[in-house]
Amino acid sequence: MKHHSLNALLAIVAVLLLVAAHFGWIDNYIQIVVMTIGINIIMSTSLNLVNGNMGEFTCGHAGFMCVGAYVSSIISVLCFGSKFGDPMLPAGSVLFVFPFILLIGGAVAAVSSLLVSVPSFKTRDDYLAIISIAVNYMIISALENMNFIGGSRGFQGMKDTYWAMIDIFDGPWMLFWVINFTIFTVWVIRRFISSTYGKGVNAICQDEVAAEIMSVNTNKIKIINFMVAAGLAGCAGGLYAHIIGYVNPQSFNILKSTEAMVMVYLGGMGSLSGAIISAILFTTLMEILRSQAIIDGMLSPVTFIFPDWEPSAGVIKWVMIPLLLVIVMQFRPEGIMGNRELSDVFPKLKKFYRFK
Amino acid sequence: MDFIFQNVLNALQWGSFYALIALGYTLVYGVLRLINFAHGDIFMVGAYISFFVAGFLLGPLAGLSPLVAFLVTVPLTMMLTACVGVTLERIAYRPLRRKGAHRLYVVITALMCGLILEYSNLAVLGASRLKFPELVEKQIWNIGGIALTNLKVMVIVTAVLVFLFLQWVVTRTRVGMAMRAISYDKFAIPLMGIPMDNIIVITFVLGSGFAGLAGLLFAMSYPVLEPFMGMLIGWKAFIAAVVGGIGDIKGAFVGGFLLGAIEVAVVTVFPSTYRDLFAFTILLLILWMKPTGLFGIPQSTKI
Repeated sequence: MKHHSLNALLAIVAVLLLVAAHFGWIDNYIQIVVMTIGINIIMSTSLNLVNGNMGEFTCGHAGFMCVGAYVSSIISVLCFGSKFGDPMLPAGSVLFVFPFILLIGGAVAAVSSLLVSVPSFKTRDDYLAIISIAVNYMIISALENMNFIGGSRGFQGMKDTYWAMIDIFDGPWMLFWVINFTIFTVWVIRRFISSTYGKGVNAICQDEVAAEIMSVNTNKIKIINFMVAAGLAGCAGGLYAHIIGYVNPQSFNILKSTEAMVMVYLGGMGSLSGAIISAILFTTLMEILRSQAIIDGMLSPVTFIFPDWEPSAGVIKWVMIPLLLVIVMQFRPEGIMGNRELSDVFPKLKKFYRFK
Repeated sequence: MDFIFQNVLNALQWGSFYALIALGYTLVYGVLRLINFAHGDIFMVGAYISFFVAGFLLGPLAGLSPLVAFLVTVPLTMMLTACVGVTLERIAYRPLRRKGAHRLYVVITALMCGLILEYSNLAVLGASRLKFPELVEKQIWNIGGIALTNLKVMVIVTAVLVFLFLQWVVTRTRVGMAMRAISYDKFAIPLMGIPMDNIIVITFVLGSGFAGLAGLLFAMSYPVLEPFMGMLIGWKAFIAAVVGGIGDIKGAFVGGFLLGAIEVAVVTVFPSTYRDLFAFTILLLILWMKPTGLFGIPQSTKI
């Protein structure tokens, strides 16, 4: 029972969500929120591989998401859309092809991570941070100059793939894929971290020179680690593009990277369960603060004094979230979980599940 | 020929803005080993402060003539912006430093402080752009077919003067010696009777003050203000500082002018949308070849 309890729990939750979405018990808004949580979990856990487990400081994770989003959208439009001429594949094959489209997007994003990982052989810390920011800007700026995919006006047409899925069976397909890919991501990262490579990653975090002396091939480990992280972020980008049905280079700018970083440091560096918990908390908080009524209620003493001031929720949200993180950094800088996992914080949980 | 000279002038002007902001980054980094990511937004705050100060001085309450208003605005803007920088240091960075937190946490705090400045500005003042009043009457001199405005000359001269001043402060004065000492060994310095907190405050005053000056000059040259104006220029100035070798005053100055020259050169040859792409690619190549920047000295790690 202990072996399969977690799998069973996840499966039950996933099936419940899908059934509830299919029969309309939860409305589209809640579905979008659940999907955003899934994407944010992928983003935070994958960034956690680099920033948490390897101890590097990169702040351009959204760039890889952008690559994944664009590549998978273009392939998706080529295969099932009508924007670039007739669809190349029959609409019936969409269910088998779609995961591969996402994975190809992830693979290209993984290759693009070489832009960061190769300079990281020689540099660390601040210089690497700059390189990652520069790569993020480069990717955005390169896509803005490609006019055949819309340039800065953005790119759309991915919804055709979704409609093809709807034609086969009328259900919450995107929710299905997001749940699957989220579980896939967490599984891959867990397996990766507990493998020999993962031990190497942790060794680099502790002391790079010592790791090298202990026969860890640091360059290889760095490349692989960056590739896994960027590849998963690319998958997240593909999912995001297919949910929204529209991608724009500017939606993957430094602010999006900052979001991913906030989630990692809120959860605790190097803690997988911390990254998941903080992704859920962060997304929920973002959605709660989106409500104008709540913001108005919170700011009512101020607006009482300054009646002319009309704060907008979208702006106040971005004052409150950084403020929250500043406060977290002051009083609990290690984040929610530190670098421990859930089963380390609550040892009794070990009796009920095993997660490998 | 005229064309080239004209573009060299433009490059010098842009380079001056980058250099002025990059000097602030590099000062703080040189002393604290901290990337003050909020610095670009302090530049933005400086531009806004100068807007309100100039508006007040030109307005009916004070009613000064533009030239007098300009002469009063410069020190006032620098002082008020320095106050903002020091407040940030007192509220956000110092408690963390006292606790001996990992420097990564301080960097994240700085990043978040930048976001807070941007969005609280947006929340308080709204998204409408502000038009900066004309303080100095624009004069255009034509020397052999090259158009030279007094603003351009002022910006370039200011950048050079600020650089020389900071170089003098860091290398020739007691305060500068204390700054270099702190960056050399943070733990031994308080034992030598050097007031570390005061020196750090002075660093922030200098860096933020000159960011405010850059904001004022920028607002005078490009008289439209918006809350996100500091974001991209701040990142680019930081990149300029890193290219020059962060922590080195000369490096920030050279890096700023280099970045300005690259950008203007790209814009003259290619469509202007390629500017960022080329600037960042060249940055990546420079850092790849020379990981510590042009003037930076690699720190040796002890095993």
